[in-house]
Amino acid sequence: MKLSTYEEDILAGGQGPIRQKAIRQQIAIGEFFDAEDLVEVRQAHIMADTESLGEAGVQWLEEIAAAPEDQRRVVIPTITDPRGADFKAYNRINHDEAYVKLERRASDAFRGLGVLMTDTCINYQTVMPPVPGEHIAMGDTGVVIYCNSVLGARTNYEGGPSALAAAMTGRTPRYGFHLDEKRRGQTRFVVTERPKNLDDWGALGGIIGREMGSYYEVPVIEGITAPPTSDEMKHLGAAMASYGSTALFHMVGVTPEAPDLKTVFDGTPPKPAEIGKKEFAAFRKDYAPEDDSLDVVVFAAPQLSLMEMEAVAGLLKGRKVHSNVACLVVTNPENKAASDRMGLTQTMEDAGAVVLEGVCFYQMHARELGQANGWTNLMTNSAKLTNIIGGYGYRPALASMPACVDSAVAGKMVK
Amino acid sequence: MSTIIQGHKGIGPRVSGEALVAKDNFSARYDLDRIKGIFSRPQHKLCGQNYLGKVLVLDIAKGGVATAWMLNEMKSRDMAPAALLLNYANPIIAQGAAHADFPLIDRFGQDITEAIQTGQRVAVDPGSGTVTIED
Repeated sequence: MKLSTYEEDILAGGQGPIRQKAIRQQIAIGEFFDAEDLVEVRQAHIMADTESLGEAGVQWLEEIAAAPEDQRRVVIPTITDPRGADFKAYNRINHDEAYVKLERRASDAFRGLGVLMTDTCINYQTVMPPVPGEHIAMGDTGVVIYCNSVLGARTNYEGGPSALAAAMTGRTPRYGFHLDEKRRGQTRFVVTERPKNLDDWGALGGIIGREMGSYYEVPVIEGITAPPTSDEMKHLGAAMASYGSTALFHMVGVTPEAPDLKTVFDGTPPKPAEIGKKEFAAFRKDYAPEDDSLDVVVFAAPQLSLMEMEAVAGLLKGRKVHSNVACLVVTNPENKAASDRMGLTQTMEDAGAVVLEGVCFYQMHARELGQANGWTNLMTNSAKLTNIIGGYGYRPALASMPACVDSAVAGKMVK
Repeated sequence: MSTIIQGHKGIGPRVSGEALVAKDNFSARYDLDRIKGIFSRPQHKLCGQNYLGKVLVLDIAKGGVATAWMLNEMKSRDMAPAALLLNYANPIIAQGAAHADFPLIDRFGQDITEAIQTGQRVAVDPGSGTVTIED
């Protein structure tokens, strides 16, 4: 790989062993994907909840945090994905204290590196969205697909160690979605039934994601004539990324790199696959409840925007969550503070919901939480969550936000 | 006679082990019970199967970013597979392999899930990108 003088210096150990190790790892990954060089990045976002880190990962971070300050500080603004525990509310959901301790150690280590603890997977809605063409290193699949597709920025999936390496060097290997030619459309879908609720947008993402053959396949969506909202794009992208390992999509006439069909495809566009009533129904069948048993309703994955917080609060206002059911509403610290200030948190808590911040349901030891609380039958309006949570021992059902709230109040799944 | 299959240059050290094969995808977070060491996602073709010490042969890497940490975490507890052979890796699995020094090869020019059968012993050499099926 071609390296600049600055990068050669890092590789030679001129900036300490931590940056040297980071760039070695980046070169190994770059060679694996035939990258010609490294590209400068302006922002990094690290996914490092303790469920994924484990004791091994936390110890590794603590070793880095123990290094001299000039060797351990990140060189670009670096923010975090949701954490594995809400320090303010963990005891309300019987979250094991051992995990909370581990989470504190990880947070302390990150602070020592100069990482900003944003604890969010919706940084593009709440922290600092990138601009078109900007090269970044984002560490959450939902963040990656949104920044690439909706905002026209350039990033691959950067897992925790890789995003941290980018934070340490200010570089990332130039492959995949940093390259113009990898951003071209490949597969074509025509949507004949515009999604209505957020869970419908998630379902559309899931349907397309399931069709994707590899990380590098770029789907192009037609038929969505009026632009979706940011929250609709968020659920669409998060589900597509989750089901498909997909990092970029184009929506003709809507997203910045797809003004029309001709621009987004090289040569003649392929024949489109249709997504309509039938495809939506088939997808929903996989996440239809077997009976009406319900243990927990979850609004998360991705964390809720302020507008979603307002919507859930509006639906819960003046009602009571059934005593046999838990209702969790999960957002980031910024939106939690705003919701507190605007009275939305109070409305939800008065109704018996638990509002959590800085976490996500599947990133906080969901298996153990399920066992500690007797949660198996889960209802959510997140198609991403229904994809993930089955592996954690849950039986997930996908429903609209109003149906989820109605079910939480009724204590059983209602349509 | 042993059969040699050529893939793209991989990541991690040489290993050998018994193959566990399925035409299905891979995500450490979505598919595995990492405490018990078994595939746990009900829809996965290997659901219920133990993967410890096995050379996993699967189609493509799917799902989220957590696998980048998880390979190292699983390895630290001696609860990891021996190696991973895929038709197509994604960045996350490559980053996880680089972080954990875990053997990974992909892009074989043929469907690796059809070239290798469960139970066969295979030698994996990421440096040269080769997999040898031992008789």
